[in-house]
Amino acid sequence: MDFLNAIVALANYVLIPGIAYGSQLAIGALGVTLVYGILRFSNFAHGDTMAFGTMIVILLTWWLQSLGINLGPLPTALIALPVGILGCIGMVLLTDRLVYRFYREQKAKPVILVIVSMGVMFIMNGVVRLIIGPDDQSFADGERFIISARDFKNMTGLAEGLGIRTTQVLTVVTAVIVVALLFWFLNKTRAGKSMRAYSDNEDLALLSGINPERVVMLTWIIVAALATIAGTLYGLDKSFKPFTYFQLLLPIFASAVVGGIGNPLGAIAGGFVIAFSEVTITYAWKKVLVYLMPEPLEPSGLVQLMSTDYKFAVSFVILLIVLLFKPTGLFKGQST
Amino acid sequence: MIVVDDLHKHFGGFHAVDGASLTIEQGSITGLIGPNGAGKTTLFNVIAGVLKSTSGRVSMAGEDITGLPPHTLFHKGLLRTFQIAHEFHSMSCRENLMMVPGGQSGETLWNTWFGRKRIADEERALRAKADEVLEFLTVEHLADQKAGQISGGQKKLLELGRTMMVDAKIVFLDEVGAGVNRTLLNTIGDAILRLNKERGYTFVVIEHDMDFIGRLCDPVICMAEGRVLAQGTLDEIKANEQVIEAYLGTGLKNKEQVGA
Repeated sequence: MDFLNAIVALANYVLIPGIAYGSQLAIGALGVTLVYGILRFSNFAHGDTMAFGTMIVILLTWWLQSLGINLGPLPTALIALPVGILGCIGMVLLTDRLVYRFYREQKAKPVILVIVSMGVMFIMNGVVRLIIGPDDQSFADGERFIISARDFKNMTGLAEGLGIRTTQVLTVVTAVIVVALLFWFLNKTRAGKSMRAYSDNEDLALLSGINPERVVMLTWIIVAALATIAGTLYGLDKSFKPFTYFQLLLPIFASAVVGGIGNPLGAIAGGFVIAFSEVTITYAWKKVLVYLMPEPLEPSGLVQLMSTDYKFAVSFVILLIVLLFKPTGLFKGQST
Repeated sequence: MIVVDDLHKHFGGFHAVDGASLTIEQGSITGLIGPNGAGKTTLFNVIAGVLKSTSGRVSMAGEDITGLPPHTLFHKGLLRTFQIAHEFHSMSCRENLMMVPGGQSGETLWNTWFGRKRIADEERALRAKADEVLEFLTVEHLADQKAGQISGGQKKLLELGRTMMVDAKIVFLDEVGAGVNRTLLNTIGDAILRLNKERGYTFVVIEHDMDFIGRLCDPVICMAEGRVLAQGTLDEIKANEQVIEAYLGTGLKNKEQVGA
């Protein structure tokens, strides 16, 4: 019984939140990795692109809620999501037209584009704060739990409860669909193959029938869609605050780099590595250990390696370790 | 076909191409030889639009093509290969070839979802063409191999194959024989001759292997220090005093004299 309780506690506080957070990071990191692999720079504006897309979804969700339109048990944000994606695509393509294209024509070095993307980041950040404000916004509705901790306890008679939130399941299901679609697109369609070709060898791609401007446009469209989806899922699961999305840049980049930047498979693996490291290191293990240890050895403290305030430090440390010992990441990426 | 008129390309103070003028006849296989650093590859890069010329003009079939970007030239039928073979390493050899033709309907997002039938038809035709090209080059067994894993010589063949996927008019081959063994070099040579005869491709070949040049090329152009030193048949070039001094060395001259 104690053992079962320990497993349930572990699943409730570590496994399920870790999987949901990992999926969100993975979708975010896929966006970063695509820009790096195809457009060849680290896009620091990615976090704020996520915030921008999510902002549109939130505004639309509020409007739908005021009209009384909803999806029953599912969050209303799902109806708003496609429009949010379109809005974000519009914003990103406009940015490319106004900013990045100029530097692409100059054949600017990646390091210049990185700084340019920081400029874009500050502007997008400002735009989002101007429109929706810097505060926490909540837009989740529908059924909150699929199984609440109390129901679980009543059902099983265990002392520990296992709560599964709708948004967590939604996150994982969406992530699976998005990843499957993306890999199908990249590997099976001509459009996706031209993106891969451009990423493999830009010089050669230019000397083929591949239209470089179209590849760039496709990349931005996909990146904007991924960013909006990742942002909306994160916002539903936790809450939306522009500054938090800016901060998310660190774990997202860590995920992409850990997996091997430029490699989509690596981005997914990296997302889960970072998410589980963050969750396990900042989790107070006392609850699980109480069930597992013999009574005299039961911990009296929280057995928390680090306070949750430091969770971004975890991704930072992992990022440093990977860059020091295996700069190309778990899966071979493009970084040198 | 191609007329290069007083072309200059300077890198800072270094004059890589320094007033080169030459004419490439339609239907010819022109050899371009010269010592390392003579500006042969730079000349290729300028003609193919990879580098911008400092001054001078390049025209193709009477049309000024100076400074046009590579993919525009590609659509005009001017193709090039690289000294070090380039390939899409994560894709199979067949896919590498299938990527070449431009304007495929599968490139747009819309068609990816709503034009499946048209794409499938196109892909089938492309696939058949790619397989035909691989067979022509006698490397049909590599069709499903990742292009990043094949040998250097096979990559050179694949590069030649890329030019066969579209109706090329003129193909610039940059050291197609470098690091390739004799047997494979003969295969490449055969393919070049057949493409020239059967499809009317014009070739410009940078090469250091004199036997290879002798077998394929007429005329031969010798460059040195960014300028054209001499132009003529290989025998004329070999007999040219300036060429001997700049490139071939006196050893060859002595050997020929002994031979005679």
